Amino acid sequence: MSAAEIPAPRARRAAPSRETLVNAGLGLALLVFGIGAWLLDEPFLITLATKVAILAIAGAGLNLVLGYGGLVSFGHAAYFGIGGYTSGILAHHALNYTPMFEWPFLFEGSTSMPLIWLFAMVLGGLAALAIGALSLRTTGVYFIMITLAFGQMIFYFAISWPAYGGEDGLPIYVRNGFPGLNTLDPIQFFALAVAVLFAVLGLISMLAHSRFGLALQAARQNRQRLMAVGIRPGGVLLVAFVISGAITALAGALYADLNRFVSPSMLSWHLSGELLVFLILGGTGRLFAPLAGAGLYITLEHVLGGVSDYWQFYFGLLLLGVVLFARGGVIGFLTGGRHG
Amino acid sequence: MSMILLIEQLLNGIQSGLMLFLMAAGLTLVFGVMGLINLAHGSLYMVGAFACAGVAAATGSFWLGLAASIAAAAAAGAIVEVAVIRRLYARDHLDQVLATFALILIFSEGTRWLYGSFPLYLNVPAALSGSVTLPGGIQYSLFRLAIIGAGLAVAVGLFLLIGKTRIGVQVRAGEADREMIAGLGVDIGRLYTLVFALGAALAGLAGALVGTIQSVQVGMGEPVLILAFVVIVIGGIGSIKGALIGALLVGLTDTMGRVLLPPLFSLFMETSAATSIGAALASMAIYILMALVLIVRPGGLFGARA
Repeated sequence: MSAAEIPAPRARRAAPSRETLVNAGLGLALLVFGIGAWLLDEPFLITLATKVAILAIAGAGLNLVLGYGGLVSFGHAAYFGIGGYTSGILAHHALNYTPMFEWPFLFEGSTSMPLIWLFAMVLGGLAALAIGALSLRTTGVYFIMITLAFGQMIFYFAISWPAYGGEDGLPIYVRNGFPGLNTLDPIQFFALAVAVLFAVLGLISMLAHSRFGLALQAARQNRQRLMAVGIRPGGVLLVAFVISGAITALAGALYADLNRFVSPSMLSWHLSGELLVFLILGGTGRLFAPLAGAGLYITLEHVLGGVSDYWQFYFGLLLLGVVLFARGGVIGFLTGGRHG
Repeated sequence: MSMILLIEQLLNGIQSGLMLFLMAAGLTLVFGVMGLINLAHGSLYMVGAFACAGVAAATGSFWLGLAASIAAAAAAGAIVEVAVIRRLYARDHLDQVLATFALILIFSEGTRWLYGSFPLYLNVPAALSGSVTLPGGIQYSLFRLAIIGAGLAVAVGLFLLIGKTRIGVQVRAGEADREMIAGLGVDIGRLYTLVFALGAALAGLAGALVGTIQSVQVGMGEPVLILAFVVIVIGGIGSIKGALIGALLVGLTDTMGRVLLPPLFSLFMETSAATSIGAALASMAIYILMALVLIVRPGGLFGARA
C-alpha cells in the first residue's frame, strides 16, 4: 500500500471531497479572472491576477512549514526577498555588462528565468538551512521571535549594503526572459506564474501524502510519538523548512520580475506577516489556503483601497474578526467544516 | 578614535539599552504570566509617544505630556486587554500573532488617520536641555543622562514591585501556576489586565522618552518591538533580570558596533569599502549576538527552558 492511500478515508476516493471541489473552483476562478481580463483587454487586472498567483506561491511555501509542520515562521519575507534580489542582481549584472565574478570562471549574470529560479531556490534554501538550523533549536514563541529577528537581520543588511541600491532598491530594466515565451506580454507572464503555482501546489500535495509529509504532520501533532517510531522531528522539520524557503524564494524571483524592481520592502517583517495572514484567511493547513487567502487579500486591497486611504484599518478589524470568530478561513467556510 | 567619543557612545548604548528594557520588561511579563506573544506592544509604545506629543503641544508642558503618555498607554493597554487580548490566552501562538498583527494595523492606520504621516517633534524640557560636563571633561546631553537615570529608577522600581510587593507575589505565582492562584482566591482576570496595563505603561513611557530624542511617527514601534524580541530571546522569556541584561547587551552591541566596526575594517582595507562592510555588519551585529546565545544556551541567558 502506498503512503498516499493511508490518510484518505474510503468515501473520499469514490467521490471528490468538498474541499477538492472548492480547490478546483479556486484554481479555475484565478484562470477565468486572468483570461477574462485578457479578453477584455485589461492589462492591469491581468497583473493583479499574476500578483495573486505569485503571492500564493510564496504562501504555499510558508504553508508547508506552518500548515503541515506547525512551525509559525514569522520571517519568510527573508526568502521572498532573497529570491527577489537574486533575480534583480543577476539581471543587473547581465544588463549592465558588469561580470558578477571572474574567478574561478567568468560569470556575467543572467536574464534567463529558469537559471534565475534555480539560483533563487538554491540561495533561499541555503538561507533557510542556516536560519532553520538555529531557529529549530527552539520551539513555540521563541521560534516566532527568532525567525522574525533573522528576517529583520537580512532586511537591515539589504538596507545598509550599498552595492545593490541599498534602501532605494534595484530596478530590473527589462523583465527576464523564459525560453519560448514573451514575458513582457502580461497574459504570457500570467500563464507562466499560474503554471508555476500549480506545479508548486502539486509538489506540496505530493509531499504531504508521502512518508515525509506524514512524518511532518506527525511532528506538528506529537513530537514524542514521532520520536518513538524512530524519526527525529528536527530533521524532518529542517528539510521542510529548506524546501519552504526555496519555494518562497522562487516566488520572490517571480515577484521581482512582475514589478521589475526589488527593494528591501520585499524583506520587511510586514510582508512576513502578510504571508501568515494569507494562510489564516484561506484556512490554515489546507492545500489551496494560500491561493484563497492571497486572492481575498488582493481583492480587499483593491476594493477597500479604492474606498479609503486607510484601508488597512478596516482590514485589521476584519482580520481580527476572522482570527477571533471564524477560524476555518475561506475554505473552511466554503467546505462547511474545520480542518482536522 | 578619541576616548571621549568612546565614552559618549558607551553612554548612548546604555541609554538605548535601558529604553529597550522598558519595552522588553512588559513583553516578557505578559509572556511569562499570560503565555501571550503580543506584537501590538510596539503600538502601545507609539500611543505613548503620540499622547506625549499631543498633550505637550496643547499644554506646553513636557511633564504633563510624559504623564499623559503613561496614562494613555496604560489605558489603551487595559482596553485592548479586555476587548481582545483576553480572548487569546487559550489560543495557540499563531492566533495570538495574527490577532495582535491585526491590532498593529488598526493602531497604525488609526494614528495615521488622526495625525497624518508626518513625524512630530517634541522639545526637550528647559530644565533638561543643554549638556553637562562629566568627570574627565566629557560633554553629554543632560536629557539623555536623565533618561538613563529614569530607566535605572524604573528598573529598580520594577524589581521591587515584582520581588517585594503583594502584587509581585501574585504575578510570580501566576507565572508558576495560574490555576492554583485562581484557586486561592486571586481574581486572575483582574491580575492579567493589571499586568498588561503595567507593561503598556512602561512601553508608553519608553515611547515618549525616545520620541523626544528622535521623532514621533507612525510605525516607530515595530523596529523597537523586534529589538525587544531579540532582547527577550537573549535574556530568556519571562525573566525580568534577563530582560535587563539582554537589553543592555543589545543596546551596547548595536551602538558600539556602529561606532567601532567601520574603523576596525579600515585597518586592513580601503576606507570606502570598510565603511560599507562595517556598516552592513554593524546592522547585523545584534542578530549575530542572538545567534551565538542561541547556540550556547537555546533557552536564553536566564530562561528556565526553551
